[in-house]
Amino acid sequence: MDQLAQQLINGLSLGSIYALIALGYTMVYGIIQLINFAHGDVYMVGAYVGFASMAILGLGVFESLALAMVTCMILGVVIERVAYKPLRNSTRIAVLITAIGVSLLLEYVMLYFVGAAVRSYPPLPDYFNAQFAVGGVVISAKSLIIIGVSVALMIGLQFIVQKTRIGKAMRAVSQDADAARLMGINVDNTISFTFALGSALAGAAGVLVGIYYNTINPLMGIMPGLKAFVAAVFGGIGLIPGALIGGYFIGVTETLVSGYFSSLLQDAVVFAILILVLIFKPAGLLGKNVREKV
Amino acid sequence: MFEIRDLHVHFGGIHAIKGISLSVEDGEIVTLIGANGAGKTTTLRTASGLKAPTTGSIWIDGKDITKASPQDRVKMGLSHVPEGRRVFPRLTVLENLELGAYLRRDRAGIAADLADVYARFPVLAERTKQTAGTLSGGEQQMLAMGRALMARPRILLLDEPSMGLAPLLVQMIFDIVKGINETGTTILLVEQNANMALQIAHRAYVMETGSIVAQGTAAELAQTEDIKKAYLGG
Repeated sequence: MDQLAQQLINGLSLGSIYALIALGYTMVYGIIQLINFAHGDVYMVGAYVGFASMAILGLGVFESLALAMVTCMILGVVIERVAYKPLRNSTRIAVLITAIGVSLLLEYVMLYFVGAAVRSYPPLPDYFNAQFAVGGVVISAKSLIIIGVSVALMIGLQFIVQKTRIGKAMRAVSQDADAARLMGINVDNTISFTFALGSALAGAAGVLVGIYYNTINPLMGIMPGLKAFVAAVFGGIGLIPGALIGGYFIGVTETLVSGYFSSLLQDAVVFAILILVLIFKPAGLLGKNVREKV
Repeated sequence: MFEIRDLHVHFGGIHAIKGISLSVEDGEIVTLIGANGAGKTTTLRTASGLKAPTTGSIWIDGKDITKASPQDRVKMGLSHVPEGRRVFPRLTVLENLELGAYLRRDRAGIAADLADVYARFPVLAERTKQTAGTLSGGEQQMLAMGRALMARPRILLLDEPSMGLAPLLVQMIFDIVKGINETGTTILLVEQNANMALQIAHRAYVMETGSIVAQGTAAELAQTEDIKKAYLGG
């Protein structure tokens, strides 16, 4: 029982990180129906910005988190404007291939500059390493901070999407871009804003994963990016609550599998579950099966 | 005043609009009637900036808006209720209406117009929290019109407001269109239901395969033999 609770807490920390990345996938898909394969690499850049900010600039963890978010936000908007916007009227496959190209570009430019070596995150302030025993369960402050920061960001995102003018514009564009134009909404700016939000969350996730695993490398975005994509599809791509459910589900599943069986099996189980979900609910857990618009 | 001059529109190699010109004076209801595929919807989509013309120009009050973005046209007082309503299905009735006022900042004016929309369409007032996708076709049409009115337009482009509605509702929608016009909004109405359209319009244009083939006052056209035969069921 204690071990289960322990694994659940680890799973929630990891799940928070997946959920943050999955949100960016799902929002971008919701608004321009693009699987942004470069998203996992934006997260990697976030991890490096956090690293540089702490190790070189000597900033604190939370300042570094903010800096990584802002940097990734700008990166996301630049990627959208330079790589995707010119293809707005092209076929979807052309944009998809471009996304894969951007992904490889980010990975190998980063490799060129920082090298392939794995780096350790700088030491964290002492309070990160505090531990609380609740019954037989040891809860680390680190886990609580990761979960807390993620949940705070998700609440902030929910507020922006539901309550603000630009959030309403995002929802309008994702449901009917032409009708949104007729309301006077600037669709291009709304798409850029969506990339900005999603990329900022990915940047935060990058720093949090540096804190969680303690190591970063230029190809670290590939697997979590793929899993966050799975999380988004699992919950129903395009749906914000779906990304949250998917992210936490995969995080918890992964830690339970590696805790009780073997860490070698964790990825196999995650993808097996995706396949099963897609067989029985092709639109994801929360998705409705609607025929694709041509 | 709203004006279209010698407008040509292509879809790839297809010449969909072949040099049409039309004008709507302030305070008028002008209707554009014609069969399916005549180019009526394309004309409206070009007018509101969703589709770029090949050549020709579009004018509001003597200003050339041909190159203006859709949002600039909304700012200039042009509001378009598109074919098929196009309400935001997963947003509530109230959120849809609020989006209609997206470019406005005058809170008091928005509140007044919201009250006005609810007065014109009482059924919307009863369903403010319901998502638009769950409304009936007639209610969605009312929501689409109410949403357009929230921009406080001077010129309203209406695309087939009666499409797919029961006869009783059609009558109601046309009465509402007339009411909107009587409170000072200029209207360009695209319709396949030529009978009804000619009853409320001041003037009319008849479109066939991308060209305007007849025009005149609504009363004149309703008496023209060819028009009667082709569009009014005898």
